[in-house]
Amino acid sequence: MINLAARDILHNWGKFIFTGIGLGLLIGVTLTMAGVYRGLVDDGRILIDTSGADLWVVQQNTLGPYAEPSSLPDDLWRSIRTIPGVAQAANVTYLTMQVRKKDEDVRVMVAGIAAGGPGTPGWPPHLVAGRQITRGHYEAVADIATGFRPGDRLKIRRNHYTVVGLTRRMVSSSGDPMVFISLKDAQEAQFLKDNDAILMQRRRIRTDPAFSLPGKPDLPEAVIALQTANNYVNAILVRIYPGFALEEVAESIRRWKRLTVYNRAQMEAILVGKLIATSAEQIGLFLIILAIVSAAIVAFIIYTLTMDKIREIAVLKLIGTRNRTIAGMILQQSLILGVIGFVVGKISATFAAPLFPKYVLLIPVDSILGFLAVLAICILSSIVAIRMALKIDPAEAIG
Amino acid sequence: MSNRGIRIENLSKHFGKGDTAVLALKNINMQVAPGEVVGLIGPSGSGKSTLLKCLGAVIDPTSGRVVLDDEIIFDDGWKQHDLRALRRDKIGFVFQAPYLIPFLDATDNVALLPMLAGMSDDEARKHAMELLTALDVQHRARAMPAQLSGGEQQRVAIARGLVNRPPVILADEPTAPLDSQRTLAVIRILNTMARRFETAVIVVTHDEKIIPTFKRIYHIRDGVTHEEAGEGRSD
Repeated sequence: MINLAARDILHNWGKFIFTGIGLGLLIGVTLTMAGVYRGLVDDGRILIDTSGADLWVVQQNTLGPYAEPSSLPDDLWRSIRTIPGVAQAANVTYLTMQVRKKDEDVRVMVAGIAAGGPGTPGWPPHLVAGRQITRGHYEAVADIATGFRPGDRLKIRRNHYTVVGLTRRMVSSSGDPMVFISLKDAQEAQFLKDNDAILMQRRRIRTDPAFSLPGKPDLPEAVIALQTANNYVNAILVRIYPGFALEEVAESIRRWKRLTVYNRAQMEAILVGKLIATSAEQIGLFLIILAIVSAAIVAFIIYTLTMDKIREIAVLKLIGTRNRTIAGMILQQSLILGVIGFVVGKISATFAAPLFPKYVLLIPVDSILGFLAVLAICILSSIVAIRMALKIDPAEAIG
Repeated sequence: MSNRGIRIENLSKHFGKGDTAVLALKNINMQVAPGEVVGLIGPSGSGKSTLLKCLGAVIDPTSGRVVLDDEIIFDDGWKQHDLRALRRDKIGFVFQAPYLIPFLDATDNVALLPMLAGMSDDEARKHAMELLTALDVQHRARAMPAQLSGGEQQRVAIARGLVNRPPVILADEPTAPLDSQRTLAVIRILNTMARRFETAVIVVTHDEKIIPTFKRIYHIRDGVTHEEAGEGRSD
């Protein structure tokens, strides 16, 4: 039996191809949006996965260190280290800021990592070039997405750092590439003021009568030292010994230290469920709108193509063609249009994804779901045209 | 009385109900024997198309009987269950315009009908080629409808009407778009094919040129027919 849909498409291939390309670009945008969402989720997870921590110890009743500010004394890690089951405990500080790269600013998340070495929680697990930080000050490991290369100089606040190594896909939950520096440098950078602000602060303290107590001439200087020093970190990353129950160790820290502790699943829930939930909803809504627009376009195209064939359909019905054959022809054309659109969309999304400034993650399961959604949309969209075709009176062929 | 060909007894057709009812056909009686070509002539609005639609099992008559090839199709409100299959297997249609399927070539336009009836593609195309050869358009067998001349398209349309060897062909103004030479050629073809395939052919027309070619003519006016002998010059 002749495949009427295929014959019609071959006969009007130009119309179908160009329509398919138009539809494909729309599908490409839809797939890319799904990739943007996946990229957001992946950005959120990558920070957790690469931190090397089993537990995140943060300020009590906060969602720190990524979703909310958290502040802990920087000597607390020692007492946490003594809790049974804790193999490693390391301070970490995060600050999102602009760093100077020659004549331009690059938005990054600076991570202050505790002294130790590769394998210490918070340290970048793999480098793609250069080496890890070995000096206590003014060395940095940057993600390759920052555009820095080993040997480049970058400026954080008033200090210059030399890039000694490069990582790949080390980003914050908002997708900003990371720069790793020593914890001491990061603590200093966190609250480092400019020279004018420091001078004004010193002058204010020295002239404040509250600090000019008789017999205590060193008090203003002590207050100044206290105010300029930063003895706080955002979180303590904890790794536990194999064989210990994660939740038991976490509960010990909560009970004895009165701190909030998150395990990997909880941290992921915070990042994915809370931090990027609104973005995800926004993208989800956008995906729904795109799906509706795609459905409307497919429906309109198929309806128009069917309207163009009213006379032929009337003749087909008059000469005894079954409704099933006519409905099948329209449905097949709709599906073929969807397949053309999906192929074009997939190719365009694949080529467009690297051009986006933030990470766009196209995963096969989204492509499969997208393909099934396109087929479902095409089937639904063809219903209007099929209903119209089935209503055509064969008498129209006679006149 | 033989029931081969097509026979119509007291066929009436009303549109609408009550005060707004319109009587389109009134007690029509016709018979066309196998191999015979008859003309159905009448002015616009006389009921030609309505009669053709009733004969083509496209609309149901209000009353009366239609017997096609020994088979009752309509009988005072009763009708056969599968009119679609009946149209496919027992009625050939030739229209004013050829209405070929634009995305099928000449062969497949003809072969489609037997394929729909369940014949294999090869066999259907073989049948189609035989008919195209009989109608002298075999050299255009692979051409698309848009590449055919008006006369060639109409011959392909006639081949499509004949391909299932139907007992009846209903031709609605089949020569309207053609010039005099092609008009007479089409009528000659219909006569030849009617005899060759033992098919009853009803040609609806108001083309003065072809009226003398019919041996019998049914005039229809205001839904009523009367029969008269024609000149039958096509032979």
